[in-house]
Amino acid sequence: MSTVTSSTEPSAVPSVGGGLSGLSRGRSVTNSIMTVVVYAAFLLALVPLAWILWTVLSRGYGLLMDQNWWLTSQRGITPRRVGGGAYHAILGTLVQAAVCALIAVPIAVFTAIYLVEYGRGKLARAVSFMVDILTGIPSIVAALFIYAVWVTTFGFQRVGFAVSLALVMLMIPVVVRSTEEMLKLVPNELREASYALGVPKWKTIARIVIPTALSGIITGVLLGLARVMGETAPLLILGPYSASINTSLVDGPMAALPTMIKDNFGQALQPATDRLWASALTLILLVLLLNGAGRVVARFSAVR
Amino acid sequence: MTSITGHSEADAGPSGDMAATGRVGDRIFSALATGSGVFVVTLIGLVAAFLLAQAVPSLMDNKASFLTSREWQVSAGDLRFGIADLLWVTVISSVIAMAIAVPVAIGVALFLTQYAPRRLARPFASLIDLLAAVPSIVYGIWGYFVLRDFVQPVQSFVESALGWFPLFAPLTVSGTIFLASIVLAIMILPIITAISREVFDQTPAAHKEAALALGATRWEMVRTAVLPFGKPGVISASMLGLGRALGETIAVTLLLSVTRGTFSWSAFAGGETFASRIANGSAEFDTPLKTGAYIAAGLVLFLLTFAVNAVARIVIERRKAFSE
Repeated sequence: MSTVTSSTEPSAVPSVGGGLSGLSRGRSVTNSIMTVVVYAAFLLALVPLAWILWTVLSRGYGLLMDQNWWLTSQRGITPRRVGGGAYHAILGTLVQAAVCALIAVPIAVFTAIYLVEYGRGKLARAVSFMVDILTGIPSIVAALFIYAVWVTTFGFQRVGFAVSLALVMLMIPVVVRSTEEMLKLVPNELREASYALGVPKWKTIARIVIPTALSGIITGVLLGLARVMGETAPLLILGPYSASINTSLVDGPMAALPTMIKDNFGQALQPATDRLWASALTLILLVLLLNGAGRVVARFSAVR
Repeated sequence: MTSITGHSEADAGPSGDMAATGRVGDRIFSALATGSGVFVVTLIGLVAAFLLAQAVPSLMDNKASFLTSREWQVSAGDLRFGIADLLWVTVISSVIAMAIAVPVAIGVALFLTQYAPRRLARPFASLIDLLAAVPSIVYGIWGYFVLRDFVQPVQSFVESALGWFPLFAPLTVSGTIFLASIVLAIMILPIITAISREVFDQTPAAHKEAALALGATRWEMVRTAVLPFGKPGVISASMLGLGRALGETIAVTLLLSVTRGTFSWSAFAGGETFASRIANGSAEFDTPLKTGAYIAAGLVLFLLTFAVNAVARIVIERRKAFSE
């Protein structure tokens, strides 16, 4: 592999003797142009990343330095006024994501176990196909579905728990896929050794296969959490914003960071704009933290 | 995401069927696993069923043609709504996003797999993956407050040069489809890159070495060995990116100016996509009939993304059939 990628470019100078290394000018020019194009594509892709991170960081860090940002809510703070914090929104985001994970992770892990350890034939193909479809389902469609069930059919209110349910649909495919990849990496010899000792299949999976793949599963959960925390569409449909702290998932509107951003987006006043960027930075930090944690777990404890 | 190019589950993995002894533990465990699998399959069916069931009453009451009307009048008693302009804005914004993102993503994937120094390829790839971690609402506010001022001059230039062409007809709208498309392109770039990278990486070393041994330059090696091998993967990746762009909600909602009652074929018009129309309407979900109109739009979006994702999946499945 490395021999291919590190191979030196054939000389661009046409050899006098007409040897094998002779390369026409046109071909070498094309090669150089394409090399530049490929490098440029990569650099081009980095521009928005750096630009976005810089924008949010430079405009948002001010408010984050104030400890009130982390400890107070926006209760009673009008768009005109400076002050208040994001505690209510951070709390809402964390609680909704945690409840989502509690529901999604068992379903997803068992689905992955089914696909790798049990699934054969038509049903397995259907499950695998549907997980792919679930991966591609727009978050607003998932939210509309939960709305159709939770609000229209059962007549419940738009509350935090409904948001969690919509997030479950978005988290399941992420965790299924990463768990599935990890379970496949578990060497067959481990399973066979366990069977040979007379250990039943379920115990082999629960005590041998899952622990071996655990770090990969945790990585998948963390990446899944990072994804659902940034989702806004389910909140628009199911989770109205509230400026006050609400710890209840089943009673009253519950704030979340994306809706806090959305709420401040509508205001043209400077204090609100400052809060807009500060809450965006808070959300990015949260998501990147989970992402980073996922990668660290993946790196330090890969399946051996 | 990585799974798309993975091996199919049915033919891999140990069987251990003999170890499933029929003991209580085994039966419970197997039931839980199978049950979860069945749940996932039913879930998709339930989504379609619930959306359909709640869209139908509104569709029956609709006095305009659902597929061809440009109206969106959903107040009680006089339902007149259609998806013609939603479909156009959704499709054209995603297609422009693809036109921008796919070539760049192929370039980035080639860079990461064929050009970048081996040692740096992984960290570089993580950087691109970071783009996927940025929440879509952050893309939205960045596009609105920062990028818009930079896109404006480009827009005026294209308008003055190619304004005679309907797609580039000049209009005075601040949040244009073009702007939304650029932001969408950035959002789907990491998805297309990740999967393309994976398939380019799987190009058999023998193919590449053969090309080089025949005297190919690096680009000729890429063109004759890597790209043909990766083509189905890139197509599939692009479809997945397209599916993502079609359904993207909040960034598009923040970026696009809502211009009801006017319509233009121009990419410099405002408008609403399926997702942004639903998001903009979410505050007025009060009566079932009204909500049903939005759910009908959501159902079309669901079918659209379902079709696109299914095609992506089929393309990659066929590649697997040939490459093994």
